Amino acid sequence: MTEAFPAALVGPSSKERKYDRQLRLWAASGQQALEEARVLLVNSDGPWGEQSTGVSGVVGVETLKNLVLPGIGGFTIVDPALVTEPDLGVNFFLEEESLGKSRAQETCRLLRELNPDVEGNSESKPITELLQDPNFLPQFKLVLVSGPVKRSTLSSLSSAAKALGIPVLYTRSVGFYSTFSLQLPAAFPIVETHPDPESTQDLRLLNPWPELAASLAGISNLETMDDHQHGHVPYILLLLHYLEKWKETHDGNLPSNYKEKIAFRELVRSGARTANPEGGEENYDEAVAAVLKSLNPFTLRSSLREIFEMDECNTLTSNSADFWLIASAIRDFYTKHRVLPLPGSLPDMKAQSADYVSLQNIYKSKAREDLAEVIETVRGLEAKLSPRPGQIADKDIEVFCKNAAHIKVIHGRDLPLLDGDTHTLKAIHNALGDPESLISTFLGFNILDSIITEIQTGALNQEALESSLAWEAGVDRVIQSLTSEVSATIDEETKQRILRTTQELQRMQGGDLHNVSALTGGLVAQEALKVITRQYVPLDNTCVFDGIRSRSEMYRL
Amino acid sequence: MVEINQTLRWKHLYNVLSRPGPFSDEDWVPGPETISALESSKILVIGAGGLGCEILKNLALSGFKDIHVIDMDTIDISNLNRQFLFRQSDIGKPKAEVAAAFVEKRVKGVKITPYVGKIQDKDEDYYMQFKIVVCGLDSIEARRWINSTLVSMVDFENPESLKPLIDGGTEGFKGQARVILPTLSSCIECQLDMHAPRPAVPLCTIATIPRQPQHCIEWAHQIAWQEQRKDDTFDSDDLEHIGWIYNAALERSKQFQIPGVTFQMTQGVVKNIIPAIASTNAVIAAATTSEALKIATACNPYLENYMMYAGEEGVYTYTFEAEKKPDCPVCGNLARKMTVDPNMTLEAFIETLGERPEAQLKKPSMRTEEKTLYQRFPPQLEEQTRPNLKLKLRDLIEDGQEIAVSDPAYTIDFRYRLDFS
Repeated sequence: MTEAFPAALVGPSSKERKYDRQLRLWAASGQQALEEARVLLVNSDGPWGEQSTGVSGVVGVETLKNLVLPGIGGFTIVDPALVTEPDLGVNFFLEEESLGKSRAQETCRLLRELNPDVEGNSESKPITELLQDPNFLPQFKLVLVSGPVKRSTLSSLSSAAKALGIPVLYTRSVGFYSTFSLQLPAAFPIVETHPDPESTQDLRLLNPWPELAASLAGISNLETMDDHQHGHVPYILLLLHYLEKWKETHDGNLPSNYKEKIAFRELVRSGARTANPEGGEENYDEAVAAVLKSLNPFTLRSSLREIFEMDECNTLTSNSADFWLIASAIRDFYTKHRVLPLPGSLPDMKAQSADYVSLQNIYKSKAREDLAEVIETVRGLEAKLSPRPGQIADKDIEVFCKNAAHIKVIHGRDLPLLDGDTHTLKAIHNALGDPESLISTFLGFNILDSIITEIQTGALNQEALESSLAWEAGVDRVIQSLTSEVSATIDEETKQRILRTTQELQRMQGGDLHNVSALTGGLVAQEALKVITRQYVPLDNTCVFDGIRSRSEMYRL
Repeated sequence: MVEINQTLRWKHLYNVLSRPGPFSDEDWVPGPETISALESSKILVIGAGGLGCEILKNLALSGFKDIHVIDMDTIDISNLNRQFLFRQSDIGKPKAEVAAAFVEKRVKGVKITPYVGKIQDKDEDYYMQFKIVVCGLDSIEARRWINSTLVSMVDFENPESLKPLIDGGTEGFKGQARVILPTLSSCIECQLDMHAPRPAVPLCTIATIPRQPQHCIEWAHQIAWQEQRKDDTFDSDDLEHIGWIYNAALERSKQFQIPGVTFQMTQGVVKNIIPAIASTNAVIAAATTSEALKIATACNPYLENYMMYAGEEGVYTYTFEAEKKPDCPVCGNLARKMTVDPNMTLEAFIETLGERPEAQLKKPSMRTEEKTLYQRFPPQLEEQTRPNLKLKLRDLIEDGQEIAVSDPAYTIDFRYRLDFS
């Protein structure tokens, strides 16, 4: 937490200038994570039947565009398809001269033009062949799959990635519809969740530490201050002052319920001087406004309590990730003090410069003190668990302490499949109960997946995509698997909703529209960025977009 | 030269335009007529930046063949992280021209006509030639201008005069897309208070009691520059100027012991920089062009009328119908109510108009039906009305009286009814 003043102007580098607008979102740490990551895009899995090249892979290419521009380390496109005419109508990263050439090579070439800092490769072999090499998959931080792909391919790819702890994004886009799912490792922790700044304030007004309480001495003459001084007492001190007054008349108790807080708010309001030209005082207005939101006793958020109770937090080993050592140290801190380490930030408020800075220093030094305690615990754990790959940086512990109240662990799940586990089927069944739900579109894509698998294995011919019979059989099959597993019925109206979705998919013969694939590529890239930078909170785990109604929904399947 | 079979090339698009779907209108006639109507639709894109580049690409791949684009800006290095039609070697060139040429070259058969300049340079005759207008702007002022222009162009005798306006906007991981049918549905001005400006730091804080690094930067920008370099016109793109502001802010921050002034923050405050990334632009731009395709072809129902997107935590969207307001200064016929303190001076009232979410007018002039309260131009009238600035509102108007406010940024008058608090 050293805050030295830089000596002279250090202008930004050309890289900082190029990436300025995004560095304001994920800072140098996020940028570094991005630049160290290599992404695999599996953009097709062979043709659908005789004439067609199958999936167009526009979502995949548009996603990569949105990752290449902000400067991802590198990418590899795996795509055995050759460029056909329909590709030229939907894919911006192909040109007329690309016709008949390797789609992997051509899209790779035109994507690389976007950013000379990014390395790009292409492979025209099918992914199943590449997976034979045990060194292939581990070089990637994330796998993107443009579906629909053959079921067996998807299974082997997603389980290989899961074994290596590599997240997978599986996308499909047809006509005005799209869907994608994110498969994350079983425990995916995030420290920098970037909550709303207001919700991160911890002012500890109800249980001030000695130095903060002592600062009240500075305003013991509040009543006799001149108007200028009185109107510039920081509202934090005003609240602390009136809390003391309140306690005097309430047997030493703090205002605890809503009614008492309203009464306390009146007490604060009554202290404001109104016989001045402004007819009031801004610092008192700020104090009055803060009563209801800042005077709440500390409670541990349930999401954090859950993290403290997880096995990973309680059974540390020498292989435990840094996250769990720090989380465990913070849990010890909480057990001892019943609060989290102080983040140390102070909102802006009406005050004289020097008074504000000295109050800010009280908060900052307490934050440093709390941090020092957590660091000490972490070092103790490291010693106990030695040997470890390296000491956890102080900076990482500091970032953790600042964000402690809002850290998150996502319990990643496998890509949702209809013959998957009961949880998936139950979640789908529940969502179907809502007539406005977009889950029927998700089911439509599942039916598309199985039709494509059957075309690719030769069980159906390519015309099946245009045959109402094939789609209707798919709907029946889906309903069958839902009802047999969940032992519930699906009414006719729900069935009609699923059928309408399949009619829209059938209208497109499995083909996509550039707009919807570009939109989906934006959404998917957003999730990829969050997964790679480990900042903000990624999808858990499935999103459906309906471009007819311009709506999206998230499901945990 | 490769000969491309156009029917094969546009196979997927033609599928959706040649077959009815479960949600397309029963009376809709799919097929060649719909396709040729789309291909002959003239469409205007306002802005060739983060959203505009995406919009141009998307329209070209949605079958639009006659696209126009307006942008007054030139390409800067900080655009390259998302404006994917531009390269390092394009820095300094006009965005509209480079973007148009790139998409024309990539998607053969599309004509894109660039105009380098301001939207205000063009008159109603110009805007009348388009079927749809799509906006990818970062300025509220420009949006309000085109909105009021399109509303005022509507002639109920002539359905062609109603130009659907599709608007996109982004900030960081968030954005919104909306469809406006001028005079028929909620317009940009109706929704103005949903996009409130950030409150400004009070001048006295900047001048005398800074507490945050941003206050020190504002001091350097608003006060120190005026005092020490008043003969130089400040240019936020000039690195020497920004460097000077940074150093002045740094000195002040040391004097007040306020840590945290950085060059990046200085640029952010002075230029009012909004974070921007490719992925959010991709989402919002495609949402707008998807609506353009649906409106131009009726292949599926269009958005009524607002979709917001937030990507910080998962994928969140909220789609709703914003309401048309009868007291909208642009498309309504009632004066908008505004509660004011009668003891406020006219000068103070004028200052609040810049920040009030329902007004956001920076250089207003105003009058009642009987008299002019304050008029900025011409100078004689300004001088004549200047003494009113020091008067209290109660001495100038009655409780509940209507005033008309004009602002050089807009062509219309805004009507407000002032109710005393």
